[in-house]
Amino acid sequence: MSGIRYSFGADEHISAEIGEEMSLEAFFKGMAICKELEKRRIGGVTEICPSNASYLVRFDPDVIHPDKMMATLKEIEAQVGDADLELATRIVELPVLYNDPWTNETGQRFRDRHQDSNSSDIEYSARINGYKSVEDFIAAHSGAPWFVPMVGFVAGLPWLYQIVERSKQIEAPKYLRPRTDTPKLTIGHGGCFSAIYSVRGAGGYQMFGITPAPIYDPEQKLPYFKDFLAVFRPGDIVKFKSILRAEYDRIIQAVDAGTFNLTFRPVTFSLKSFHTDPAGCARHLVEALHGY
Amino acid sequence: MAIEVIKPGLATSVQDAGRPGYYNIGIPLSGALDQYALRVANLLVGNEEGAAALEASLLAPELLFRAPAIIAVTGAEATPKINGGARPRNESFAVRADDRLTFDFMKAGARAYIAVAGGIDVPVRLGSRSTYGLGALGGFSGRKIAVGDVLPVGAAKGGARAGRALASDLVPSYPKSLELRVVPGLYFGRLTDEAVKTFFEDTWTVAPEADRIGYRYRKGRAMSFRERKQPFGAGSDPSNIVDSGYPYGSVQVPGGLEPIILHRDAVSGGGYAIIGTVISADMDRIAQMQPNNLARFVQVDMDAALKARAEYKNRDARLRSALAG
Repeated sequence: MSGIRYSFGADEHISAEIGEEMSLEAFFKGMAICKELEKRRIGGVTEICPSNASYLVRFDPDVIHPDKMMATLKEIEAQVGDADLELATRIVELPVLYNDPWTNETGQRFRDRHQDSNSSDIEYSARINGYKSVEDFIAAHSGAPWFVPMVGFVAGLPWLYQIVERSKQIEAPKYLRPRTDTPKLTIGHGGCFSAIYSVRGAGGYQMFGITPAPIYDPEQKLPYFKDFLAVFRPGDIVKFKSILRAEYDRIIQAVDAGTFNLTFRPVTFSLKSFHTDPAGCARHLVEALHGY
Repeated sequence: MAIEVIKPGLATSVQDAGRPGYYNIGIPLSGALDQYALRVANLLVGNEEGAAALEASLLAPELLFRAPAIIAVTGAEATPKINGGARPRNESFAVRADDRLTFDFMKAGARAYIAVAGGIDVPVRLGSRSTYGLGALGGFSGRKIAVGDVLPVGAAKGGARAGRALASDLVPSYPKSLELRVVPGLYFGRLTDEAVKTFFEDTWTVAPEADRIGYRYRKGRAMSFRERKQPFGAGSDPSNIVDSGYPYGSVQVPGGLEPIILHRDAVSGGGYAIIGTVISADMDRIAQMQPNNLARFVQVDMDAALKARAEYKNRDARLRSALAG
């Protein structure tokens, strides 16, 4: 990786591009810098936003001069260096009804905006990624866990990047023209990223399924919203679990009754162990889910 | 004390100084798009300058006051009326119980602010009363106001009185054509030389798609990005990058066609290259642009941005001393 590219976003922001292309290395470095910046509690810094292969800082230039802010970020970059990066984070399992009736219906409504009018989003994505069947594709999508390198676009929406070698990354183009509608809690995919639509709305990602578990609730009704109205934070790890319709319906009932819960388990991710043994690394993460 | 909504207007919402600190999970700043007009309105009625007020866009609401109050109207040039009788802008005045507030159309400017002594007393969410519509958060039930809503008003502080007026040198004007100052950003170099030239040369027209999330501009020449092999994870269009965070005021040009400037309800990130960012001192001025108003983009550097910011802050200081106590 060459050096970080920095740029002022006028007088109140600095954007830092760690790498032009998406990689776990770039995400990790950005997270490490953002964590260190947060730890320093520098006066005038109002927003610290890690993203996929970059990060964004907003500051008050009346409190800290832009040149001083920039120098601080470069100094943190040097301090973080290319050390063997580890991230102490948490993992959660999220149930997904893949190939569900609602996203398939939505996909049909917007077929004229899609690359392939003869297949559903998931059939198309399975085919262009070389999977023999939708079932194999679902097994891959719900097999290895995913990092949340970025939360945003709208409130609480996690971007997801799968913890597999690049040759195994699922890639899919966005719709030719964005849809004006996407069901709430759709699992979508565009480029090399999956995403969970936290609210209903426009979208251009291929739609693979839907989760019954709310991930953003301004009314904070379920137990896991007790502390905050959004579930995901940058750095979280998600493992999808493919469920059947009966299980989906059962969870929806529990959500409506206010009894459904999600469990987060602590886990440490090491970039080095991922490079040495990607499959073993993914297995280690999933084991943490079950409390091993 | 409460205010009843008779007609909501086009898009009227409760807004205050904003909700910083949650952009990393996609919850934007929100708050009044024209922060100066919000401060003026609040100081005129004796509130804290960042208190919650109503922000009306393009078509103002009709409101019924259920109890006497001191109010002030600032921002866009739209004459307020009480029971049909004109009242001044930028000056506090008294309303009685059952008085009806209406407005003439907005002759200039796009956002009017209605402050009430005591402030709009909706619940504080994540440190702010501002409405964030996409996330159904804050404000009145997480949305813009609607017919029949009854908006609670807080207890007025002692200092509220009618007849406080803003000195004319502190009243901003809202020209239909203006210059917006832009500091080139991370992906400015992705534009072709010709695109850089036309971006700053052309006169851009505010599109109907101009709201609290962002302002879209059109009628300039289409812009090209330099050809390249797209990096892994970026989209296929040359205006795409690996999705990253968007600054407030940042300028993106999806497909090279229509520049979009993000405002205080910004989507926090995405896959379009940011070519530059509008300076903080010009963000209030964007808020007052109506569809079909004209803008030219002017390239400035950090020194110019900080100088403009200092002038903006200086006007705030004069405002505070003029309306102190």
